[in-house]
Amino acid sequence: MLRLQHVSKRYPTGNQALKEINLTVPEGQVVALIGPSGAGKSTLIRCVNRLVEPSEGQIWLRDTEITRLSTRGLRHIRRRIGMIFQEYALVERLSVMENVLSGRLGYVNFWQSWLRRYPQADVDNAFQLLERVGLLDFVDQRADALSGGQRQRVGIARALLQDPDLLLVDEPTASLDPKTSRQIMRLITELAQERGLAVVINIHDVPLAQMYAQRIVGLRAGSVVYDGPPEGLTTAQLTTIYGEEDWDRNRQADPADEDAVLAMVAQDAGQPRPAL
Amino acid sequence: MASIAPVATSRRWRKPPLIRNPLVRWVTVIGALTYLVLAIQSVTVNPERLARGIQRGQRILAAFLQPDFVSRWSDIQAGILESLTMTVIATVIGIIISIPIGFGAARNLAPLPIYLFCRALITLSRTFQEVIIAIVFVVMFGFGPFAGVCTLVFATVGFLSKLLAEDIEEIDPAQVEAIRATGASWLKLVTYAVLPQVSPRLVGLGIYRFDINLRESAVVGIVGAGGIGATLQTAFNRYDYDVASAILIVIIVLVMATELISGVVRARLQ
Ligand SMILES: Nc1ncnc2c1ncn2[C@@H]1O[C@H](COP(=O)(O)OP(=O)(O)O)[C@@H](O)[C@H]1O
Repeated sequence: MLRLQHVSKRYPTGNQALKEINLTVPEGQVVALIGPSGAGKSTLIRCVNRLVEPSEGQIWLRDTEITRLSTRGLRHIRRRIGMIFQEYALVERLSVMENVLSGRLGYVNFWQSWLRRYPQADVDNAFQLLERVGLLDFVDQRADALSGGQRQRVGIARALLQDPDLLLVDEPTASLDPKTSRQIMRLITELAQERGLAVVINIHDVPLAQMYAQRIVGLRAGSVVYDGPPEGLTTAQLTTIYGEEDWDRNRQADPADEDAVLAMVAQDAGQPRPAL
Repeated sequence: MASIAPVATSRRWRKPPLIRNPLVRWVTVIGALTYLVLAIQSVTVNPERLARGIQRGQRILAAFLQPDFVSRWSDIQAGILESLTMTVIATVIGIIISIPIGFGAARNLAPLPIYLFCRALITLSRTFQEVIIAIVFVVMFGFGPFAGVCTLVFATVGFLSKLLAEDIEEIDPAQVEAIRATGASWLKLVTYAVLPQVSPRLVGLGIYRFDINLRESAVVGIVGAGGIGATLQTAFNRYDYDVASAILIVIIVLVMATELISGVVRARLQ
């Protein structure tokens, strides 16, 4: 379904974000991509729909080599790839319905989109999805009037209205409370299962990843260091991914900072802060 | 740390001077003073002319205290109508032209050559004061409101496209990325992810520019570009100070009224 071969990415700034990534995701599989921040998780999923251009390697979706497509071909393939974002990335000043319908932008022509005259089938599907995510009462509300969890549901509905084969999900729960996070993860995985979608989820919350994903891929400094079932993630594996030793060394590398913090704490304890 | 021992003698302290070297310091001060004295002497103040000017000033002031709205009311009316027409046309055309230029001048949307071209246009428009542009257009197209409209359009484009471009450069990139990920084309991207983010500001700026244009339309008239300014200029040439006073009062009322209205409208938009 989705196949990455020798994918590397080096940013113009010189950061080597991805090194020789090989990854195959079969139909219907939910893969969680874990790793410390800066490991290259969001670069990886953005390479798939070329929001970030990979520097080397090939990416295939079914029989299409995404990495070789022209601008036009790329727009067509993007319709098959739904994306859900960390801070929801809804257009704040548009209504919930307009945001959901924007999932069809790759299919309708310009005037249909400008005049908001979407085909009836699209509108029906949008209503159905909004009902499924529990937002029927908010259809004409502006997106910035919703809570975080509600916004993410709109984001999910938008991605699914594209009728995608593949779902890319970038830190969907990073700005949500634990309970809402679980609800959102459950919603995404359920909907994906109902439609048989392949899903790649970036997530830094390991227990959440283990709970909802069928497969875990651990990324560290741009390379895959773990690829297996959620049960296989031992403490040792987690150390490889998140690197305890690195963590210690970093702390020692900057003793001055630590001293400064300690001094500040001591001072704070000694004198009450002036009221602001 | 060791505790500081008490000092036996009290030490002197003065704020260090701006220029440390005393020679340089004094030469600078004396030089500046000399220049000032010489400069004042070079401005020849002719007491006779000063007196005459003050006399004339008194006459003007007296006339201004009795504004004459009646005797040339039809001229004033025509001037105001012309100014308003110029303002409306120039603002509308100006907005229409500045939208594409503003998009072209936003670095996050436009490719480099288009960006540079649009930025150059904006800089050109902003370099010159309206009056200078008006003089050029009057020379090109002759006296009358057409030159005035051209001037205002030109100035409006410089003003609006610059602010619009800056607004576009500050939009939330995540919203753009999300719309791009749906497979939307550039035009759809602009209408769905960019316009909703900048349109309230665009409307506000357009209305704001309307009242700047009304004010400017009075000024450019003085150099012959039509409108109420032209009427004002005629009144001064005829020494009709009372009529000029009436015109000034009308302009003030008009500008205040539009400012008030535009303020209310812009507040509603937020
Ligand atoms: N636009 C960019 N320009 C330059 N470097 C970037 C850019 N985006 C990310 N990087 C770098 O690439 C590396 C991977 O980042 P990212 O993919 O955001 O990791 P993660 O999503 O795992 O936190 C980091 O070192 C980051 O500094």
